Amino acid sequence: MLAGNRLRSTHEELGVGEFGLIPRPRAARTSGSMRPLKTLKKLYDEESHIVIQEKGSPPRVMFYGEDFWVEDLPVGTRIIFPRPPLEGVPNVKAAIRYALNHPDGMDPLHALLKPGMKVTIALDDISLPLPPMKTPDVRQTICEIVLELLADSGVDDVHLVIANALHRRLTEAEMKRMVGEKIHDSFYPDRYYNHDAEDPDGIVELERTSQNEVVAVNRRAAESDLIIYVNINLVPMDGGHKSVGTGLTNYESLRAHHNPQTIRDTPSYMEPRTSQLHKSTERIGKVIDKNLKVFHIETTINNRMFEEPVGFLMKKEEDFTEFDRLKLQAFKYGLSKMPRAAKRKVFHNIFAPYDVTGVFAGATEPTHEKTLEMSWKQYSVPVQGQSDIVIFGMPYVSPYNVNSILNPLLVQVMALGYLFNLNRGVPLVKKGGVIILTHPCYDEFDPDHHAPYIEFFNRCLTETRDAHVLSHKYEREFAKNPSYVHLYRKGNSYHGAHPFYMWYWGENGRQHVGKVIAAGAENNHVPAIMGWDRTDTLSEAIEEARGFMGRSASISFVHIPPIFQTDVRL
Amino acid sequence: MKTHGHEMRVSEPKPLTGKAAFFDIDGTLISTNVVHAYGYYAMNEGSVTGILGRSLSTIAQIPLFGALNFVDRKIFNEYFYRQYEGLTEDRLLTLAEDLFEDVIKGAIFSKAQDLIDEARRAGCRIVLVTGALDFTMRPLSRHLGADELIANRMQFVGGKATGKVIPPIIEGANKANVIREYCETQGISLMKSFAYTDSASDYAMLTIVGRPTAVNPDFRLRSLARSYNWPILDVR
Repeated sequence: MLAGNRLRSTHEELGVGEFGLIPRPRAARTSGSMRPLKTLKKLYDEESHIVIQEKGSPPRVMFYGEDFWVEDLPVGTRIIFPRPPLEGVPNVKAAIRYALNHPDGMDPLHALLKPGMKVTIALDDISLPLPPMKTPDVRQTICEIVLELLADSGVDDVHLVIANALHRRLTEAEMKRMVGEKIHDSFYPDRYYNHDAEDPDGIVELERTSQNEVVAVNRRAAESDLIIYVNINLVPMDGGHKSVGTGLTNYESLRAHHNPQTIRDTPSYMEPRTSQLHKSTERIGKVIDKNLKVFHIETTINNRMFEEPVGFLMKKEEDFTEFDRLKLQAFKYGLSKMPRAAKRKVFHNIFAPYDVTGVFAGATEPTHEKTLEMSWKQYSVPVQGQSDIVIFGMPYVSPYNVNSILNPLLVQVMALGYLFNLNRGVPLVKKGGVIILTHPCYDEFDPDHHAPYIEFFNRCLTETRDAHVLSHKYEREFAKNPSYVHLYRKGNSYHGAHPFYMWYWGENGRQHVGKVIAAGAENNHVPAIMGWDRTDTLSEAIEEARGFMGRSASISFVHIPPIFQTDVRL
Repeated sequence: MKTHGHEMRVSEPKPLTGKAAFFDIDGTLISTNVVHAYGYYAMNEGSVTGILGRSLSTIAQIPLFGALNFVDRKIFNEYFYRQYEGLTEDRLLTLAEDLFEDVIKGAIFSKAQDLIDEARRAGCRIVLVTGALDFTMRPLSRHLGADELIANRMQFVGGKATGKVIPPIIEGANKANVIREYCETQGISLMKSFAYTDSASDYAMLTIVGRPTAVNPDFRLRSLARSYNWPILDVR
């Protein structure tokens, strides 16, 4: 890392910190304020995100699938809010160039390039970020800079591969949106395509890990002189060794860690240090780093997920203006008059105005360490103590239904997988406690995107909810089903094994909680298949949960969006 | 590759451990159908009067073929195969190879071979089950690498087609029967097996296996597939 007065002053002009691109806090510019900045900041960090519901507190806005509920919560309910969005780097292109020229643990990118070499650029797919980013997507900006650098260095043999692992292939329109028209038109379809985990000639196996885990990598990437991995980091689960080892691999390699036991042994997969899932991906990643040259470019974004006309979603209800309340009511009224498919269309056309908060580059581990640091800075919210009852307002989108339906299995993965696991080792809900989720739990699946989910839900889950039994009895059958393989390879469907992963993802939550209540579920059978109770309203759900946990049960409401990660202190 | 006619008889039962993928052909793997095939034979009948007679007759009857096919596939097949009456066996066999090269090969759907290869990688025997005539589909079956072909067989007397198909005609419910028979004799589990077709007329074939899949489905089959949660593929 270069340092020095001359360089430092340049960085300050760019808003570039000494270590990569950590932006200056906004308050740092307001010199001459009455209180010392540190005191104010500490007070804000510790207090601002927790509100205790009182008699005069406003009702809370929460997602109910493709609708909103506005609910009065019981007095004493702890409302946990996200941190406000961090300030973005002032010049994203400069930040990217700086990261490429000052990587950690590797030479600068330009020094790794030689004329005539073979380079593969791997990109995170559109499961991240959520909601999708407004254009230009930061992946586009990175690719434009990197491709220009490659061209200037005489590197012409370049492929762009979407590291979708067993996720669905992106459509051409989605691919174009992700990298922009210029790159798309130059590279698609021969040199810009989705990874194919089922291509019998498209995967190379490297040596196995010390735990005999299969290490398989996309052949084009494995045979390249250099892999450049372009990552967007929304939650700490992603990035690092997980990028190549998971995104560009196949079913056989994923089985090493995408299984019920590994998930059970992982207290939170949002806390990589104690996660068995990450230990496995790290072993795999180390084999990859030993055999292949990978230059990581990781980016962090803030949590600015919504703007006008739905900017009220980013506010505390206490801060609503009359106009915000008017917009909320107008939005609710409009949604109430629309069929669900139209509501879905409206929501999936909301794009987030995220700011890039950091760009880090270089070798896997030092790069990712900085990414995690920045990620926690945005997402980690300190909370004192667990709660008996935790309420999640379920949004319309998850990483697995961009431009599609949040089917029952995805409702499950959002509640018991993602939201439950958004902690740093200690769940927000007590052991044996109750999770209340607000969602219609409609029995709707997208046959194009989620074909194997349909059979899994109707055939397997009705037989057993035991993840181990499901894994042993059915997982391989689904993974090798030629119809599902074909839909994954040639259509836009998730892989046959993916619904199993969705069920395993909820394993920790299922093992931990005593009861799940689906408030507002419009049918009986979906909650019944999931093993949940159902109620018509949130009040009834809270009553039932109190009946289960006791009248004095403590309640927390996780006020999402935007998402955040609780750092529960006991 | 072996060709199984519908004369197949049940022999000593084997343990049902294997699995197979049964594919309909017309509309599922290729875009042509039995009428195209007959049209080709008619156009290459050998004499000017023969060509004119058969071709004009075929064209004139197309509405009738369509109506019969809509009403009942079995009646359609019985009626349609009468058109073959008088054609010689050796000529049909020779023309079948030309028909494949000239017409059928180019009509194979672009992703059909991928689907077959995926089924084979999953450990399935590849079996084509079609209402078309065996000699017409044999070159295609060879080309796609199928293990078996179950197809209709024309009755020949004195080297000439009688226009009658050796019963029972492979269509609709009978496809399911021959698949069941095939599985019993070959030690294949119906529950572990797959069936692929484009038409609701093959509903029986889909329901007899454990893993039915609609491929390029017509409206009726698409509705059925949606109702029964069967996967829907597009191999075009």
